Amino acid sequence: MTSAVSFQKVSRHFGSVRAVDAVDLDIAPGEFFAMLGPSGSGKTTCLRLIAGFEQPTAGSISIFGERAEGVPPYRRNVNTVFQDYALFPHLNVLDNVAYGLMVKGIGKLARQKAAEEALSLVRLPGYGARRPGQLSGGQRQRVALARALVNQPKVLLLDEPLGALDLKLRENMQDELKSLQKALGITFVFVTHDQGEALSMADRVAVFNDGKIMQIGTPEDIYQRPKTRFVADFVGSSNVLPPDFVQRYSGQHRWGSLRPESIRVGRGAKGDGVAARLVSTNYLGATTRLALDADGLRLHAIVPAGTAMPEEGEAVVLTFNREHLHLMDEPT
Amino acid sequence: MRSDRGPSAPLGLKIAAACGLLFLHLPILLIFVYAFTTEEKSFVWPPPGLTTQWFAVTWNRPDVWEALSLSVRVAAISTAIALVLGTLCAAAVSQTRFFGRETISLLVILPIALPGIITGIALRSAFSLADIPFSFWTIVLGHATFCVVVVYNNAVARFRRTSGSMIEASMDLGADGFQTFRHVVLPNIATALLAGGMLAFALSFDEVIVTTFTAGQQQTVPIWMLEELIRPRQRPVTNVVAMVVVLVTLLPILLAYYLTRDGDQIAGSGK
Repeated sequence: MTSAVSFQKVSRHFGSVRAVDAVDLDIAPGEFFAMLGPSGSGKTTCLRLIAGFEQPTAGSISIFGERAEGVPPYRRNVNTVFQDYALFPHLNVLDNVAYGLMVKGIGKLARQKAAEEALSLVRLPGYGARRPGQLSGGQRQRVALARALVNQPKVLLLDEPLGALDLKLRENMQDELKSLQKALGITFVFVTHDQGEALSMADRVAVFNDGKIMQIGTPEDIYQRPKTRFVADFVGSSNVLPPDFVQRYSGQHRWGSLRPESIRVGRGAKGDGVAARLVSTNYLGATTRLALDADGLRLHAIVPAGTAMPEEGEAVVLTFNREHLHLMDEPT
Repeated sequence: MRSDRGPSAPLGLKIAAACGLLFLHLPILLIFVYAFTTEEKSFVWPPPGLTTQWFAVTWNRPDVWEALSLSVRVAAISTAIALVLGTLCAAAVSQTRFFGRETISLLVILPIALPGIITGIALRSAFSLADIPFSFWTIVLGHATFCVVVVYNNAVARFRRTSGSMIEASMDLGADGFQTFRHVVLPNIATALLAGGMLAFALSFDEVIVTTFTAGQQQTVPIWMLEELIRPRQRPVTNVVAMVVVLVTLLPILLAYYLTRDGDQIAGSGK
């Protein structure tokens, strides 16, 4: 099967900065693919390479089997939802959405009908006559989405599209994007620095750091079985355990990761487990997050709210199911 | 947004403001009045009599028409050159980063900061050095040096307010460079270009110093007026020309004002 997007050893250097460094990537057609990483990790540059705003310094990119190097953005069947939405302020909403069809020379009636349909798709019917300036952030986001979808792209690129929205709106949009993608069957490539967003929406996630992909896998893979310390720490802030510590419990001298929710915290100074001291507690609503100090090793635990809580500074014993201790590939 | 909602200004301030405005505008009214005077050798106040004969006299003076036509052509072509070069330069400086960007920005603005006489002398010696005969085109070149600045300043300010991802969005949606310029860039900078163009036209139209240094035998309107003041013959003709010039330039400036005001409202609503 042809990949929707395929990177072979793609690099993009800006001067001496390797924004993208020999990245291999295959995105399947119809997949909801997330690129996750901190800012400056190269995920947005990868998106811009797919869109055609950047050209690779080395390597090759193909989109549905066609080589994409040197093809300008306007000849790619790929559309982007920009982080700042980039709506045209001088056009009303309908003309914004119809823009792609207008420059392709589609007649006024046909393109306005298609634009109306796209607006209904994003649940903004009848907003065509307004100016972008009269819309709220969430509505602008939907217009940007409709403006991209009306062109029936083979791949839709989304650059941190939910970053500017408030929490409630962001959660609604996550659900909507997910169901829209299922209904349309278009390949979505989604860039985000929010690991929760990536895990909850994507079929597969690529974790970026320093221009390289650290790990590609399903959200469960990434979350439960991180390959490197970076992934373990960045995705869901897992406890990264040093090889000496891990050896005591697994017999293997390797880096390990332990999810904060896998740690049980018992009161008292003695018992079968890791002796630690409670440093601080953070009330998070449904859960409480505990910061612990186990003989110089900083650990975090998440316990359900309502659990009887030790005092800060009190000695505690930490226990965990050994199956939950994940051993990582990273060399020691 | 009326300012007269606040407390009333003291009487003294009102009188001072009125005096200031009168000082600015009474001399212009005087020019209008002298266009109707019956005294042709010198300007006497009050005018001994009123007549409209100078309008007919002006109409039949070929030198007036020549000067006016030269000025309009010079201003139009300088403005056209300035619009193209100023916009291109503004686009390059505001949309891309390259070595020497700040220097270029400064060099473009320099001609308007320099005294006109320096620009004039520099151009004159450059033209003679290159053996270029003084002509219509040397005047146009001289005027273009400062017209570019005005357009550039207006365009650069607008480009800075325009989001760079809008151009990428347009390309992303299938528009090539030309379509993007026509449908996205131009509508967003049009009012800035109009305002810049109007200002450039007006600057060129009343330019004296650079013109003196770069013109051959030709006379633009301001230079014709200077010559005319020295010669005591049909003096009120100068005033008629001045009056026409005021009316003709005031209308486009008012128009530009209304157009850019609306444009700013549109641009403002996009935020």
